[in-house]
Amino acid sequence: MLYREAGQFKSSYAEDQQIFPIRQDRIAIGLLLVVAFVVVPLFGNQYWLGAIITPFLIFALAALGLNILTGYAGQLSLGTAAFMAVGAFMAYNFVLRLPWIGVIPAFILAGLCAAAVGIVFGLPSLRIKGFYLAVATLACQFFVLWALQRVPWFTNYSSTGVVTAQQISLLGFAFDSPERKYLFTLAVVAVMALLAKNLMRSETGRAFMAVRDMDVAAAVVGIPMMKTKLLAFAISSFYCGVAGALYAYTYLGTVEPEAFTLDLSFRILFMVIIGGVGSVLGSFLGAAFITLFPIFLNLASGWLSHSFGMDISHAVVSNLELMIFGGLIIFFLIVEPNGLARLWQIAKEKLRLWPFPH
Amino acid sequence: MPIEVIFFIEVLVGGLLAGVMYSLVALGFVLIYKASGVFNFAQGAMVFFAALTFVSLLEMQWNFWLALLVTLAVMVVLGLVTERVVLRPLTNQPPITLFMATIGLAFVLEGLSQLIWGSQPHGLDLGIADVPIEWLSQRWNVNISQFDIFAACIAGLLVAVLAVFFQKTRIGRALRAVADDHQAALAVGIPLQHIWAIVWAVAGFVALVAGLIWGVRNGVQFALTFVALKALPVLLIGGFESIPGAIIGGLIIGATEKVAEVYFGPMVGGGIESWFAYVVALLFLLVRPEGLFGEKHIDRV
Repeated sequence: MLYREAGQFKSSYAEDQQIFPIRQDRIAIGLLLVVAFVVVPLFGNQYWLGAIITPFLIFALAALGLNILTGYAGQLSLGTAAFMAVGAFMAYNFVLRLPWIGVIPAFILAGLCAAAVGIVFGLPSLRIKGFYLAVATLACQFFVLWALQRVPWFTNYSSTGVVTAQQISLLGFAFDSPERKYLFTLAVVAVMALLAKNLMRSETGRAFMAVRDMDVAAAVVGIPMMKTKLLAFAISSFYCGVAGALYAYTYLGTVEPEAFTLDLSFRILFMVIIGGVGSVLGSFLGAAFITLFPIFLNLASGWLSHSFGMDISHAVVSNLELMIFGGLIIFFLIVEPNGLARLWQIAKEKLRLWPFPH
Repeated sequence: MPIEVIFFIEVLVGGLLAGVMYSLVALGFVLIYKASGVFNFAQGAMVFFAALTFVSLLEMQWNFWLALLVTLAVMVVLGLVTERVVLRPLTNQPPITLFMATIGLAFVLEGLSQLIWGSQPHGLDLGIADVPIEWLSQRWNVNISQFDIFAACIAGLLVAVLAVFFQKTRIGRALRAVADDHQAALAVGIPLQHIWAIVWAVAGFVALVAGLIWGVRNGVQFALTFVALKALPVLLIGGFESIPGAIIGGLIIGATEKVAEVYFGPMVGGGIESWFAYVVALLFLLVRPEGLFGEKHIDRV
């Protein structure tokens, strides 16, 4: 009854083409933004903001980046963490060496560097497909990490290879507390998510999807293969690069190349798969699930050992966590291979008819 | 012979033999990909699981052959369970979903093996010492480990057995039929699910062999799971569907990697073995997108 678009007539082209065509969706998004920007920083505590919600947003951005490449353009990549590493370390270098350009341009430049790396390692996609390409993107993962560890310029000749992200400030406003860092992250993620949502209904986005569904057919109807595939790699790596810069500046604080291992790439791929391939909302749902689930498991095991008086050793807990995590991934893939976003879609369909299904 | 030439031969042969060890792991990938189109990321975890089970049984004072037999049985059961629990419900899903499921399976296996057997590293001794062959080092001053030769023989034997199994036996023919076309195979009455169970069981056996060989070389420890990452470039070069390709690819990767590490590595600060094989494979793919022996796919609209 509440969620029904009946009676919402479009009387101009602008109305017909808005991003969220249903009024209830617009209200929901507006409310969500108000909650995220006002209510959460007011009532969230420091631990939640700094250790859970901020990384969730950052991972959601990275997952969105991978989703553009894998979900929309259909090119499987296992090098996400490498693009994040490029973003993080280039942002560090831009802020360090060109302090006068400000933090936003530095992040954008870092993202562009990641995009350039993405284009270079996206070149094989013109020739190879599927798992061959996925394994080939591993080359990017290993090479970038190696380069960051071996070329001292990237870490400003730090002897340990660890760099400390500088204090960031915008127009004299320093982002120093978890609340402020959260707000900065949220603003960046919100803007980029909106851009992604918009991109996917443009000509470029439709070209991506045509390539995903069948690239030979897409080429036949005149979609330039090289431009589309490389653009997908570039945009995806840009998103991942900015996510990496945020990861360094608003979450970790101190970064080393080892923070961006293959494990991180896989985690982000999990977010995309569990959230929903080819869905902006899915990236957020998947990121929320993967960030919150280990915390939940930890709490559950702590609660179990507390209430039953069992003394479970730390090694057993971490191994059990690993098993449950793996098992849950398999379970999810079997039960809902289209991810959490699909569940939301089903819920919406149901909501349309509710409470009078006939 | 001049010392440089001897050194080069030593490096080259060492690389070729190391490559054979990569192929051992790559074989497991090929088997499963060939028969079911699943890119099985859990192969590394299977290698680790098999080696850890075997070495733990040995340390419980079990007889060598009994331990081997029990581990083999465990791997076969693991293959059957995987087919029943993971693969069967996921039939007809896109390959990426199956791939993700095998990553989940890898996590389960890693957790399970360490939960049962603990996470401390073990040494493994098969009775063949990892020392240079004496008469070679005396006669020509070339140092080649006898264990490497042993591993190469095992790999060669394994490939020969698998080749015969695939070419000559009834089950092997059924496997090839399934690999060619699932639907056509079903239509002529080949039970798809039995075939998959057999393939996973055979892959478990290959994982056991690879785990034993690698366990002797590096010790049985968690790092064994990363061996799978070493095998991936081998697959790229050899092609995902070819058993001989896995061997040839392993030789190419092993040799180029070792030679590059020795002659080119010091120029850029070392540590290039983490990515060099991938870049070689990548360059190779630009020329041959399906690898050396992979099946050419013709796209139809």
